[in-house]
Amino acid sequence: MARIELSNIAKAYGSVEVMRDIDLTIEDGEFIVLVGPSGCGKSTLLRMIAGLEPISAGDFTVDGRRMNDVPPRDRDMAMVFQSYALYPHMDVARNMGFSLEIRKSPNEERSSKVREAAKTLGLGNLTARLPKQLSGGQRQRVAMGRAIVRDPSAFLFDEPLSNLDAALRVEMRLEIARLHQRLKATMIYVTHDQVEALTLADRIVVLNAGDIQQVGTPLELYDRPANKFVAQFIGSPTMNILGIEPRDGGISLKNGTKLQLGLSGGQSAASELGVRPEHLNIVAPDAAHISGTAELVEHLGSDTNIHASVPGIGQVLVREHGHFPLKSGDKVGIALDLDKTHLFGPDGRRLAA
Amino acid sequence: MTAIDTAVPGRKPRARPTFYFRYMVEPYLYLTPAILLIALVMLVPLVIGVSYAFQAVNLLRPFQSGWVGFANFEALWTDRKFWLALTNTFWWTLGSIFFQFFLGLGLAMLLNTQFHGKRIVQALVFLPWAVPTFLSALTWAWLFNPTIGPLPHWLAALGILSEPFNILGDPDLAMWGPITANVWFGIPFFAITLLAALQSIPHELYEAAEIDGATPWQTFTKITLPFLAPMIAITVMLRTIWIANFADLIFVMTGGGPANSTQILSTYIFTTAFRKLDFGYASAIAVALLGLLLIYAAILLVLRRKLVKI
Amino acid sequence: MSALRKSSPLAVTGKYLALGFYVAFALFPLYWLAKIAVTPDKLIFTEGTALFPSRFTFENFGTVLLATDFLSYFKNSVFVSIGTAAITTAIAAAAGYAFSRFAFRGKRLIVALMLITQMFPLLMIIAPIYKIVAAVGLLNSLTSLIIVYTAFNIPFATFLMQSFFDGIPKDLEEAAMMDGCTRFEALRKIILPLTLPGLGATLGFVFTAAWSELLFALMLINSNDTMTFPVGLLTFVSKFSVDWGQMMAAGVLALVPSCLFFIFIQRYLVQGLTSGAVKG
Repeated sequence: MARIELSNIAKAYGSVEVMRDIDLTIEDGEFIVLVGPSGCGKSTLLRMIAGLEPISAGDFTVDGRRMNDVPPRDRDMAMVFQSYALYPHMDVARNMGFSLEIRKSPNEERSSKVREAAKTLGLGNLTARLPKQLSGGQRQRVAMGRAIVRDPSAFLFDEPLSNLDAALRVEMRLEIARLHQRLKATMIYVTHDQVEALTLADRIVVLNAGDIQQVGTPLELYDRPANKFVAQFIGSPTMNILGIEPRDGGISLKNGTKLQLGLSGGQSAASELGVRPEHLNIVAPDAAHISGTAELVEHLGSDTNIHASVPGIGQVLVREHGHFPLKSGDKVGIALDLDKTHLFGPDGRRLAA
Repeated sequence: MTAIDTAVPGRKPRARPTFYFRYMVEPYLYLTPAILLIALVMLVPLVIGVSYAFQAVNLLRPFQSGWVGFANFEALWTDRKFWLALTNTFWWTLGSIFFQFFLGLGLAMLLNTQFHGKRIVQALVFLPWAVPTFLSALTWAWLFNPTIGPLPHWLAALGILSEPFNILGDPDLAMWGPITANVWFGIPFFAITLLAALQSIPHELYEAAEIDGATPWQTFTKITLPFLAPMIAITVMLRTIWIANFADLIFVMTGGGPANSTQILSTYIFTTAFRKLDFGYASAIAVALLGLLLIYAAILLVLRRKLVKI
Repeated sequence: MSALRKSSPLAVTGKYLALGFYVAFALFPLYWLAKIAVTPDKLIFTEGTALFPSRFTFENFGTVLLATDFLSYFKNSVFVSIGTAAITTAIAAAAGYAFSRFAFRGKRLIVALMLITQMFPLLMIIAPIYKIVAAVGLLNSLTSLIIVYTAFNIPFATFLMQSFFDGIPKDLEEAAMMDGCTRFEALRKIILPLTLPGLGATLGFVFTAAWSELLFALMLINSNDTMTFPVGLLTFVSKFSVDWGQMMAAGVLALVPSCLFFIFIQRYLVQGLTSGAVKG
């Protein structure tokens, strides 16, 4: 298995530097997810690990051995591509066994490994088919089967679920999670979907514009985001960000409301307050911190999303459990769970107490 | 700290790994045979060829060789045949491209629709491009021959000619022979390339136009033409240059005659080189031709930048 | 157009008429060629403008094949054309692959160079090439033709192959490289099998171009033994200036290889040009 270390990694295209000072250690058997918006560099980072892109500077080591110069075929890593990249002119069995075919493995070994992988993924009776005769989900499984047969030190996933419809995505996500539990292999997974990140990862790496914003477990990212970007990227619906001013030992919102929130020394420069919709409650007006009008109410059955307009502040999103009887146009009072709020400085960094 | 380190303290120096080097060199490994051949067989002779224009290189007078500066070009300027060839080149190119393009466009648009026997029709109408040019030249020469071919008789019957005579022997009409052959040969080129361009226009655009209530003419001018414009520009420019350079057809059909009425610049180059073995003068004509083509290409590029806003 | 709009019968008839004219125009010269080729000598002049011969014969073909150097010319052309097609396609496939897959410094320059070669009149270099070929001692050899023709065709063949490669997703090679191939192995085992139509189209295109080339062959080849078909036919024509039947028969035989090739590959040409265009 593999302990992967990235140290001071930088990437440049010609004279344009797109990533630098990337430091990351991935433990053996860990499921690590690289997540971020389009263009943040997550795929580039994955491809550098795979060897499909050269590393401009820095050290990339696996189990202590420097691998910058090692070509992809010798890195003992398997990759599942977003478009699956199945060989169109080969049937499923040959696709999955191709890596063994290249290494001239004996036929019995190859067919038994392929059979095993096919059984694990539920592809048993499809091995003679060509990729074009398969559905999207089946092709995905073949792509995974191809990786499994290789029995590599690390699995690399490049947005493998992006091309599937919503229901299939959920199903395949569980498959991948089960796979990790069974194989206990190192898995590096790239996605732009934070739900996939939160459900699959042991640790998440949040990237933006070529920089690592934060590395942590899902819960760490949720409870203690390092900055505004992470706070708004992780968690759905998005965290509310409200402008504040320090006032009389507490803080006040833009509409004048004072909040009894003790600021520690490090928080004196706070300029914004973040609070997740699930940490707001619709209450009676006299128990509320702020009040306004419900503009749009979304009834999801399991939750209710209330988009409220608060004079002086703007749009505030509140999430209540179950069915909350409200209509568009109703007057609402909103209470903040002050323990669950976050303070952000002018540079976007979260200021801890 | 030295000046280099102040930027990012503690940054490790950039390594020069072999993997990176291999990555940079890889494309050139694939390209080397092509580059080598083209350089050796085309570019080097090109430079040599241009230099011949400034020398007296005549295989029939091997002892009179040497640098003569612009002497060949001076001779060119006063050469009546040169100017005649220049005019002929112009008419030859214009006549050929005009008919080829519009007939080719029409064919491409027809082929872009559905009809019975499309596969066969498509294969058949593209056939002229596969016929070797020397053969089509011979065939059309025979077709225009009043003794053996039908065309003079049919044209006379239709009233276009007063009587069936040899068109290729009449200095005023001779150019039409090669032009017809060239049109026959060139329609498939435009049909294929314009068909490919037509087929790459997304169908949804036509459906959207139909829903918006566009007439067929509006659809053609506002959707089809703009999409075709880049392909039209490239193919017309390329084909014009090829036609201007195209000596085979005329050489075989009329040999440049009668009385140099079908002599174009390229056939003049060839006969000077092949028959008179005067490489120096031939190269001078060639340089003149090249110069004209470069001017033409430059004008087109300027026009394109002004007209095409894409 | 959508299925909702029904074409008027007039438009449909017009369309078939137009198509008919195009097909007739395309086939007419070839038909005439074939017609005279099978007309016996005695009737050629009397039936000069008739559409169908009253009697037909294959004796012209017989004479041409057996009593002239025709077969030798044919053999030489086949050798040169196949050689050129094979070598050009191999080199162009490599170059087209490089253009399709790699972004590298100097790419623009090389593409520009290739474009330039398409623009200047080839006749410009006919004199220097004659001198160079003579200096190397390769005059009157078919090898010199193959080398020269290959160089002439590489730019367009590269452009064709690049179009075809553009239609194949890049991540197929990447998947193969992850599976254990070097890039070249991936090209051989995965990509090339998928570009067979492209290879066929390029082979056919170059074959046709080499088969028809006249002027350089005329310049570089003088001896009867190594004449290619175009040159041979031309000398043939000037020698037999009245034997029309035989000349036409030779012409028909000249047509066969290139037309056959072309009929098979023209579909791939359109396909390849289209898919390359779509990928941009």
